[in-house]
Amino acid sequence: MRRLALSDEILLSVQQPARYIGGEVNMAIKDPTKMDIRFCMCFPDVYEIGMSHLGIQILYDMFNGRDDVYCERVYSPWTDMDKLLREKNIPLFALESQDPVKDFDFLGITLQYEMCYTNVLQILDLSRIPMHAADRTEDDPIVIGGGPCAYNPEPLAPFFDIFYIGEGETVYGQLFDAYKANKNRGGSRREFLETAAQIPGLYVPAFYDVTYHEDGTIADFRPNNPCAPDKVTKELVKNMDDAWYIEKPLVPFIKVTQDRVVLEIQRGCIRGCRFCQAGTIYRPLREHSLEYLKHYASKMLKSTGHEEISLSSLSSSDYSQLPELIHFLLDEVQGKGINISLPSLRIDAFSLDVMSRVQDVKKSSLTFAPEAGSQRLRDVINKGLTEEDILCGARDAFLGGWNRVKLYFMLGLPTETEEDMRGIPYLSEKIAELFYDLPKESRAPGRVQIVASSSFFVPKPFTPFQWAKQCTKEEFLRRAWLVRDTFKEMKNAKSLKYNYHEADLSVLEGVLARGDRRVAPVIEEAYRRGAMFDSWGENFDNELWMAAFDACGVDPDFYTFRDRSLDEKLPWDFIDAGVTKEFLQREWKRATEETVTPNCRQGCAGCGARVFGGGVCFEDKN
Amino acid sequence: MKFIGHLDIMRYFQKVMRRAEVDICYSGGFSPHQIMSFAAPLGVGLLSNGEYLDIEVNSTDSSAEMVRRLNAVMSEGTEVLSWRKLSDDARSAMSLVAAADYLLAFRPGKEPEDMEAFFQALAEFYAQPEIPVTKKTKSGEKEMDLKPLIYRLERVCAEPAGECQTATTNCVSGRQLASVFGADRRFSAAAASDGRSLPVIVSGAVNQPSDAVFMQVCTGSTDNVKPELVMEAFYAYLARELPPFAFQTEREEVYADVTAGEDAGRKLAPLDELGEEIE
Repeated sequence: MRRLALSDEILLSVQQPARYIGGEVNMAIKDPTKMDIRFCMCFPDVYEIGMSHLGIQILYDMFNGRDDVYCERVYSPWTDMDKLLREKNIPLFALESQDPVKDFDFLGITLQYEMCYTNVLQILDLSRIPMHAADRTEDDPIVIGGGPCAYNPEPLAPFFDIFYIGEGETVYGQLFDAYKANKNRGGSRREFLETAAQIPGLYVPAFYDVTYHEDGTIADFRPNNPCAPDKVTKELVKNMDDAWYIEKPLVPFIKVTQDRVVLEIQRGCIRGCRFCQAGTIYRPLREHSLEYLKHYASKMLKSTGHEEISLSSLSSSDYSQLPELIHFLLDEVQGKGINISLPSLRIDAFSLDVMSRVQDVKKSSLTFAPEAGSQRLRDVINKGLTEEDILCGARDAFLGGWNRVKLYFMLGLPTETEEDMRGIPYLSEKIAELFYDLPKESRAPGRVQIVASSSFFVPKPFTPFQWAKQCTKEEFLRRAWLVRDTFKEMKNAKSLKYNYHEADLSVLEGVLARGDRRVAPVIEEAYRRGAMFDSWGENFDNELWMAAFDACGVDPDFYTFRDRSLDEKLPWDFIDAGVTKEFLQREWKRATEETVTPNCRQGCAGCGARVFGGGVCFEDKN
Repeated sequence: MKFIGHLDIMRYFQKVMRRAEVDICYSGGFSPHQIMSFAAPLGVGLLSNGEYLDIEVNSTDSSAEMVRRLNAVMSEGTEVLSWRKLSDDARSAMSLVAAADYLLAFRPGKEPEDMEAFFQALAEFYAQPEIPVTKKTKSGEKEMDLKPLIYRLERVCAEPAGECQTATTNCVSGRQLASVFGADRRFSAAAASDGRSLPVIVSGAVNQPSDAVFMQVCTGSTDNVKPELVMEAFYAYLARELPPFAFQTEREEVYADVTAGEDAGRKLAPLDELGEEIE
């Protein structure tokens, strides 16, 4: 039997003890004493969220594919366990060996969303690793961050030794080899970091200095160490079929958020929505071949025993062999009690036909993401979904028996007017009227149910909107209330429902997304004051954060409620994310002109990602 | 596995069935589920050496082959010990369950200061004509008499057979027998108590660091007795609070009542004795 780090008494007094015991099906089991490198992979949120993340599963499997590396996992202990670990003075441990995280060579933390930043500090603190990279000794693990938020690593710069910019499949091997070589020759931590800084895609924040103008903007950002390059270029997998994929994903004992086989069909997106960070940082679009996907779908269903398989991509409808793939899956799961889940599908005749075969029409709903209420604003954000597309899709769906529709919008987008805001209820109303105008015998009985949700727009680095001014909390709420009140005036108000997100959370997310190194002390102060699990509504305390800003003398409005000039030095400018600044500027200008830019397959917009030499940029049809 | 709740154990076995490619029957509809039911849900924190589940299959290999296939896809901590065919008109395991055996071992450091006195008091507790308890149920509280529902209450000696030094009348050695999951051990019936001390089992198979409590209690949908209910009643009898985490409880076996017709009494058979091996 595996030894557990915690006693029964502790495990049986917390919610979901299975979060802390490991032992899941397909877990890697190795002898740690025989390994050159022990890597602890962390998703800084609760187990059920972290275990649902595909990227970690890929890297976990890839690292463990090496004979000299043992990769283990750790997640944020939930608040009940956090309290017990502190009370009983127990250091945070990895799930596999149950050994303290502090004893590892590496602690790798994925940064998937800004609101997990205090949890990063929780992990370091509970592991008893000095929070500041500058205070770490030869005995402490190398703390490395990755994931989309690493594209603006500056608010977390003091807490990490290295950031990995881009897709994880490419240079970890090089990093491990460098680590081993350094260890064998008795090199120091600093010597290793100097080697790491020379590996493409790796950013060692300690090797850079920042100075600021009097108005608070960045004056200069440059290396202070000859090993560190001026620009760090993102890492990317050129040919997806050559990249590592998992044959045996971990199967948790408890129900996690993504309790299914996840099949990544492609990476990147051709659409170029101007608010979307994923749409730029994963450029260019690269597809997996159909044969590859067939192989892995069958393997993973067999090795996990999951009852569902889900396709993963930013826009599944753009996968060029989608019908063939779906027909294969339908045959594959026939009679095995396995469901197919198809998120991010454009609603059209094909998808409706497929959906009616894989789910119960009466119980499922249709999802549209118009993002903005008016065609004008949809042109501003380059969301190529027209009102006609939505109404046609909805009409077909209603004729097919559906009577529930979900609509996703954003409020506070650049140039948004009250007319655009009212467009949200107007569009919802139009869909409802479309339903009631159909002859009764050709639609589902009873009422149509339309649920519109809006989130608040947060400008992100490496998007054309990275220069945009964000709304204040008060302005966000004013807009949400205007939408809410307009919904009440609609003729079919009883069939419509409207939800909106929390405004103060979106403002804080805005600060962390576009923050610089001066935001780091605020995160630390907020953590010291008790902030943790900020992405969980029930744990988020805005006043605590505001007090932390106050205590550190940092003005959050500087990062959110401010126009940035196109020539301002942005904190993330030293990263080459694959799209040029000129392209982003061009897109920002086209946005204000309400001009749509064609998608990658319609015509190349010259974003700069072609230099990577792969993907959609080199498809024949382009 | 003891930290995994019953619903998750069910999900675990559903996935096991798929991994082992068991030709299990599904219900119809858009979200088909496997035809599977557990004899008796096991609480979180309990170990078990005897769990049973019923499934319906379209086809099957031999028992030995099915056991091998299932164990090839299990995680550490669960093991399938037997695969038996039930007749088509067999009642579900859940509806048959009548009793279960439990072993309650003191956790290290939680042993009573005076082991003899503890078991003496337990014997006196069990010798009472009635053991009234209040049981919390979904709809409130229910008064009940535990006495007729505790079929056996015995002491398991830590020392191997023959070296048992305790001054009691009967020493019975545990014999080994296969049950469905986990280690292969079960407790044979100890001779009746004389009322002053508990019957003693000396178990060669059990590697107990100290003496333990063995009980066989009524189980099932009508009068389900959990071992902690018995221990709570005992501590209440002692006018003491049951210390938390005092025992590691382990279910050893689950029984059906196979009493025929109007016969008086109770005839228990381990669920594993029902059905037949598939050659």
